[in-house]
Amino acid sequence: MRHAPESALHVRGLSVTFGTRRGPVPAVVDVDLDVARGELVAVLGESGSGKSAAARALMGLSARNATVSADALRLGDTDLLGLPDSQHRHLRGTRMSMVFQDALSALNPVLTIGDQIGELFREHRGMSRRQARAAAVDLLGQVGIPAPARRVGEYPHQFSGGMRQRILIAMAIALHPELVIADEPTTALDVTVQAQILELLDSLRRELNMAVLLITHDLGVVSEVADRVMVMYAGRVVEAGSADDLLDTPAHPYAEALLRSVPQVDQRGQALYAIPGSPPSPAHQPAGCPFHPRCSYVVDRCRTERPLLTVVGARTVACHRTEEVRHAAVTG
Amino acid sequence: MPPSPGDLVLDAQDLHKSFATGRSGWHRTRVSAVDGVNLQLRAGESLGIVGESGCGKSTLARMLVGLEHPDSGSITIHGRDVTRTRGRDRRLLRRQVQMVFQDPYTSLDPRMSVLDLLAEPLIVHKRVTGAAARRDRVAELLSLVNLAPELMHRYPHQFSGGQRQRIGIARALALEPEVLVCDEPVSALDVSVQAQVVNLLRDLQHRMGIALVFIAHDLSVVRHVADRTAVMYLGRLAEIGDTTTVYEQPTHPYTQALLSASPVVDRSRRRLADRIMLVGDPPSPTDPPSGCRFHTRCRFRQDRCGQEQPALRPLDGPADRLVACHFAEQTRDPAGVR
Repeated sequence: MRHAPESALHVRGLSVTFGTRRGPVPAVVDVDLDVARGELVAVLGESGSGKSAAARALMGLSARNATVSADALRLGDTDLLGLPDSQHRHLRGTRMSMVFQDALSALNPVLTIGDQIGELFREHRGMSRRQARAAAVDLLGQVGIPAPARRVGEYPHQFSGGMRQRILIAMAIALHPELVIADEPTTALDVTVQAQILELLDSLRRELNMAVLLITHDLGVVSEVADRVMVMYAGRVVEAGSADDLLDTPAHPYAEALLRSVPQVDQRGQALYAIPGSPPSPAHQPAGCPFHPRCSYVVDRCRTERPLLTVVGARTVACHRTEEVRHAAVTG
Repeated sequence: MPPSPGDLVLDAQDLHKSFATGRSGWHRTRVSAVDGVNLQLRAGESLGIVGESGCGKSTLARMLVGLEHPDSGSITIHGRDVTRTRGRDRRLLRRQVQMVFQDPYTSLDPRMSVLDLLAEPLIVHKRVTGAAARRDRVAELLSLVNLAPELMHRYPHQFSGGQRQRIGIARALALEPEVLVCDEPVSALDVSVQAQVVNLLRDLQHRMGIALVFIAHDLSVVRHVADRTAVMYLGRLAEIGDTTTVYEQPTHPYTQALLSASPVVDRSRRRLADRIMLVGDPPSPTDPPSGCRFHTRCRFRQDRCGQEQPALRPLDGPADRLVACHFAEQTRDPAGVR
């Protein structure tokens, strides 16, 4: 596997297991991931696919009952494995940061926006209160908040949903991190505001040469902004590759089925392609390939033997029948 | 007696609804949620309603099913005014217009079995008497939404999200309504499950001749389902018409922006650059802009737009479509759009 020198994030064999009263539940199993600087990689998955658990593990923000293990976990040239909590904590904000889905609960309701952004500068850059406030005003302007000098003194509830998401993005990019992880940043927003936020993320990563890991369940969002895509199902990566390739000719039946179930203009009035069943819960996974009960390409082998993630051309796929899937996708 | 296709089933005229917010006294303000909406629904047709949060589409839906009383305006079902009916007459509205709610996790009582959930409307409306007959009807309803009748003794928590939404749909169908109002019926579901529910709703509509009001923020789903599409902005209709016409020749500047902002799975369309970007957020409905409510974000804004409310009017041409814009003729012109 090519290891670009400007790699921002390098992950091998990431696993996250939650300890519950009913025993350990594997949420993320053996995930490999690379994000280069200036690149936007999307992690596509449904609820329970492990995409958010993986993101939190990368940030070192896993819940207390989670066990995180990995073969390699590097941010730039820093090894995150075995890093003491205090140092990991220092990296958060300065070199890696996260944008959460629910901006209202991610912001402190009793502090002004200026205080919350300013805290980053005072804490990490040793600025004075006055300097920090000026830096906060600059930053708010950068993420497109009108009249930043006036609004810096307002509280989170005084902003609209889209503006709050901009504030979260401002806080995430404040210290010019190498990596920004955005966990469903636009799911709670309207489409016209979503378009603004996606464009903001897209332009900021180009200007600041940041690596962006975008966690989403929305194929449309992936198609709009992603350079590369990683599709997760039941805690594992089932397909990864460039967005152009994957959206054009998916090689895993799950990716193919998802794409096929998107309503198309020329199929109006016909039944949509529907994937039968629903995604498995992480606690009760089917034997063999986790997708086999819902798969239209299923053969006996899928029920017993879990396919390994293998390199096929420029991408990786975990499917016994990927040749047939790709052939079907090409010929329609 | 099933209505023949094309009959006017539901007619909503000039609906208004506002809510009081804040403490009583001087700080009290009113939120204008729906402001003068007309809708007609014919038997067997599907009407999509799209718009952003706060545009009043859910309030409109709740008025149509009788969960909210309009401040003014009227709703007639088969020519009978049901706006201010109470008691016995009200059951007519309840029976003929049913609702499918957004969140199947909170809209089903967790302490009732599926049998109880589906039998409740039958008991309330005295449709089916006798426990055995009710059980038969519940089994029939379950198979209608592709669930095994044996599941009727289970409780909602034993089902997945998609199955719960099916139960919600079966409950709405229990009284054989003529209109089914679906408020974001798939947005709480996993992506891979949404198509199942969309297909089910369409299938039921065709098989049973039910008229469908389909409210969603996902424009591609509405395009797939709806015969006609209404676009709402801040409590008013911006544009309404034949779905193909609205999607292919959007005329209201808001419709154009909404369509271009909606993400599409198509790498060739690429992408953010050539999109009509709306500035800012939708204004607050507590203090809606004067004149055309969209004028604060409109690319074609002129002085007149801030003063005079544009009427919903037909455009010349063969297309079945109404637009509320003073300058619809100019915005429709492709030269004006680009």
